[in-house]
Amino acid sequence: MQDKTPSLGAELALDEAARALSKFSIRQLQLYYGAFRALKGIDMDISASEITAFIGPSGCGKSTLLKTLNRMNDLVEGCRIIGKVELDGEDIYGDMDINLLRKRVGMVFQKPNPFPMSIYDNVTFGPRTHGVKAKAALDEIAEQSLRSAAIWDETKDRLKKSALGLSGGQQQRLCIARALAIQPEVLLMDEPTSALDPISTSHIEDLIMQLKENYTIVIVTHNMQQAARISDKTAFFLLGEVIEYNVTDTIFSMPKEKRTEDYITGRFG
Amino acid sequence: MRQYYQQQLEALHESLVKMGALCEDAIAASAKALLEDNDVLRQKTLVVEEEINLIERDIEQQCVRLLLHQQPMASDLRHVTAAQKMITDMERIGDQAADIADLSSFMRESPVKSDVHIADMARATGKMVTDSIDSFVSEDAEKARAVIAYDDVVDALFNKIKDELIERLQKDSAHAHDCLDLLMIAKYYERIGDHAENLAECALYYLAASKRG
Repeated sequence: MQDKTPSLGAELALDEAARALSKFSIRQLQLYYGAFRALKGIDMDISASEITAFIGPSGCGKSTLLKTLNRMNDLVEGCRIIGKVELDGEDIYGDMDINLLRKRVGMVFQKPNPFPMSIYDNVTFGPRTHGVKAKAALDEIAEQSLRSAAIWDETKDRLKKSALGLSGGQQQRLCIARALAIQPEVLLMDEPTSALDPISTSHIEDLIMQLKENYTIVIVTHNMQQAARISDKTAFFLLGEVIEYNVTDTIFSMPKEKRTEDYITGRFG
Repeated sequence: MRQYYQQQLEALHESLVKMGALCEDAIAASAKALLEDNDVLRQKTLVVEEEINLIERDIEQQCVRLLLHQQPMASDLRHVTAAQKMITDMERIGDQAADIADLSSFMRESPVKSDVHIADMARATGKMVTDSIDSFVSEDAEKARAVIAYDDVVDALFNKIKDELIERLQKDSAHAHDCLDLLMIAKYYERIGDHAENLAECALYYLAASKRG
């Protein structure tokens, strides 16, 4: 089998062919919270079936950009967006149905947030909302999603038990299963392991690596070793700008920008 | 700023500089031992070679500790991984200087030495080692590239010495033993040049600079 690992120093392809493969195209994106400009003209292509990591110090705009990708910022009062975000060539801030967008672009948050109901009901909540009623279909979705989130074996005998009885790591995998149940194309993850112990973290990381075959994954993380371990591309954010965006191994071994170098070597931030 | 981490990196850098200086000492001492029949310097080369072995083990541990404790990134990662490779080359340079010193004890007052360009070769490889270490310490990519280019000069000198020795053997086989020892010494110098070239390549890797500039 041919090794697909890019060599150290490999560069991000910026040509038309590479752009055609991108899931998201972000162009001149500016985001204001009231008078505060949180994103200052972001241009970025996010590749399909890859893991893209956003890193940077607190308040740099990485979570803001993540939330922009499924319009979570619409709920924030005073939030104003200029520029373009395209999902498969379609402007998500144009005519796209927001419910359809959120079905296509799922999200997993920092703190596991299972609903106070059974494991089964957690996973089938989304499909039910989208009109799936047949028990057999819901059963299949539940099993598929829990299997994909690598938590089926631990939950198959307790599906009717409360999700709140699961451990933190299991709860987070359940939340990933819940996000997968509506068959999204993209998974956004906002620091999905920062509240977990190292074993649970490694389970989630393995899971993310497996999922990238079928999903486009964007992850915000403060853990740079995690970004280096699991992502294909990394973007470094600072004060609302993308300072450097490149192949992950290149960012962490030979960054071009001094500010990236200073941040990832711990000299500031 | 991570102060303890910074101190660990600086300590590693100082150790590399020290190991480099020991290599320069070993080469200079072995060359003098050979060319001037100096037994004191012959002994010194062997002592320095032992010091080089000790510092190599110390730097190895420093690197493992840095990787384990600090998970260095970017230029720090290149610094540590370059160091791991450089100490292997420097340790070999020490070994070869000791080999030269050893062999030189069999060549006391041999007339063959002055008939071939062995002194030039000793000088040229000594310069390569000094410059390769300098290029790393002073972060000078241009100097590193010059070292890499200079390896061709050393290779040419080796071929020249080989021809000179063949010629000498054809004319007079009385010192055949010395000729073979001297050929081995020339080969050790040629290998030292290769190790210096590796050190220069490590310096370029650390500086994230290309070989061609």
